[in-house]
Amino acid sequence: MTTVVTPRPSGIPGAPPARAGTPPAGRPPIRTRSRLGARRRRTALLWALLLAGPNVLLILVFVYRPLLQSLYLSTLQWNLGSPSARFVGLGNYAEWFSAPTTGRIVTTTLVFTVATVGGAMVLGLGLALLLDRRLKGRGVARTVAFAPYVLSGFAVGILWLFMFDPRYGLVQELLGRVGLGSPAWYTDRPWPLVMVIVVYLWKNLGYVALIYLAGLQAVPQDLRDAAALDGASSARTLRSIVLPLLTPTTFFLLVTMMLASLQSFDIIKAMTQGGPLGSTTTLMYSIYEESFVNGRAGYASAVATVLFLVLLAVTAVQMRFVQRKVHYA
Amino acid sequence: MSPATITPAPTAPSGPDVAQAPAPARRRSPQVGGYLTMAFATVVLGLPLLWLFLASLKTPEELYQVPLQWLPGSPSLDNYAQAASAIPLGRLLANSIGLTVVGAGLKVALGLACAYALVFLDFPFKRLVFGLVIATLMIPPQITIIPNYTLVASLGWLNTYQGILVPGLASAFGTFLFRQHFLTLPASILEAAELDGAGHWRKLWRFVVPMSTPTLAAVALVSVVTEWNDYLWPFLVVDHAEKMTLPVGLTLLQNTDGMSNWGVLLAATVVVTLPILLVFLVLQRRLVAGLTAGAVTG
Repeated sequence: MTTVVTPRPSGIPGAPPARAGTPPAGRPPIRTRSRLGARRRRTALLWALLLAGPNVLLILVFVYRPLLQSLYLSTLQWNLGSPSARFVGLGNYAEWFSAPTTGRIVTTTLVFTVATVGGAMVLGLGLALLLDRRLKGRGVARTVAFAPYVLSGFAVGILWLFMFDPRYGLVQELLGRVGLGSPAWYTDRPWPLVMVIVVYLWKNLGYVALIYLAGLQAVPQDLRDAAALDGASSARTLRSIVLPLLTPTTFFLLVTMMLASLQSFDIIKAMTQGGPLGSTTTLMYSIYEESFVNGRAGYASAVATVLFLVLLAVTAVQMRFVQRKVHYA
Repeated sequence: MSPATITPAPTAPSGPDVAQAPAPARRRSPQVGGYLTMAFATVVLGLPLLWLFLASLKTPEELYQVPLQWLPGSPSLDNYAQAASAIPLGRLLANSIGLTVVGAGLKVALGLACAYALVFLDFPFKRLVFGLVIATLMIPPQITIIPNYTLVASLGWLNTYQGILVPGLASAFGTFLFRQHFLTLPASILEAAELDGAGHWRKLWRFVVPMSTPTLAAVALVSVVTEWNDYLWPFLVVDHAEKMTLPVGLTLLQNTDGMSNWGVLLAATVVVTLPILLVFLVLQRRLVAGLTAGAVTG
């Protein structure tokens, strides 16, 4: 795996990418079986405990322990904070699969994910292609595009709630100026979902654009120049040369954005609280709602496991694909 | 404030002027179109933030005026004063700054130390430890929330700073980035240091850390952004106003003042977003390097 924008001094172009699991370069080269070696190994172990210990301990306590416990909780009928619980086996899962709301939640999650990921990819690529051209002021454009990505999702949600205000919002004003009516963004389905999707796109577009931009800058200029000399139109160059070379970037973004989108919470919490009538309740939001609003922690753990499996599947597909598609260029 | 521009990442050796020369007539119109599209995109993307800052300075009459008024007649900080009286805004700001600085600092330290051990030390089960740390990048925090919440509650850590801070400290991203960087450090220098009798502590501080400043900056800045913006966890753990972070305080304000008083809510939104926006504008290049460093091209 190679980093697109590396904070480190750049290595030799085209050098074999460092892969996870390759033996570290800085390992002590000599291993003697002398007493000195044994002492050294003991010192190294002590230092390892001291240096890696705290992080590993935190990871075990706050990531792996809850991961396993969550699987266990998903088999219980248990309310948050309640002293008693009843073992129900896979009952929570069965309930989720047959619950009347599940279909709606899954559909909402699908629509939200496809729209945010697809939208961000297409618009982000467009923006990146634009910013890749040597236009004056593109630095400012890049700054403006990326800025929303570093902001608090909750604050962004509040800001846009005001933008979408049915009477005093800028959105209805601008739509009115171009002769369009503004739908009831807060209340009429499907507009609340559209609204949340638009905000998510605004916040994440700059990230996609920047990653694509880094990918574009890795496409050799002489390839493009050669295509231009051969009389290829810029659309043709894009389709036949640039896009294929960007495949790894596209795939990385697709997976990253999918994982992020499936876990998004802040914007929905700020803008719609999953409503109206559950029309913006995604899988992730329903976990929060079931556990911390309805108190059904056992059931919520089962839903969390479902989400976890979905995310795991996405990651697994990525890893398979990456293994086959490592080499480009 | 003048937005700093990003210096472009190392670009391919450029010869655009040469390439452009043969076809000046065909170049002209796409160039104009490019500028128009770029200007349009910049305005569309930048307008909401501009609108937010302007609105936070308006009086209620100006905010609730149809047709909309673009500029505040006489910019006033009344909304900010009202927000500060509705929620303890100063306290929240201090909480957010404190938790962000301490949290990011600890995350950097934990990642740095862990990566040092993984790269420069030989110890049993090293591969396993590395795998364990890296695999956490794929575990969504959401699935850990209910068990972590019950643990934190049973420790009596609800409504405490440690309750907000500790469960999120474990550093996988930082460890990963530091490790990637350490693997590129010249082994010869470190071996020479070792031959000179430098212990691990000295090696870490005198050699490894000074050679890692870009990575340090990237990890630190990414941690600052994520800690500052973190919402769900602190929102669940804290319901006393004096222990809240800014984004959580914004929820409180939204629930109390509701949408009846946009000016106040928007002023508080500015307080949440402006500090990180300033960090971004000043340290843009390093921050972007960190935020996009996870981008693996396969």
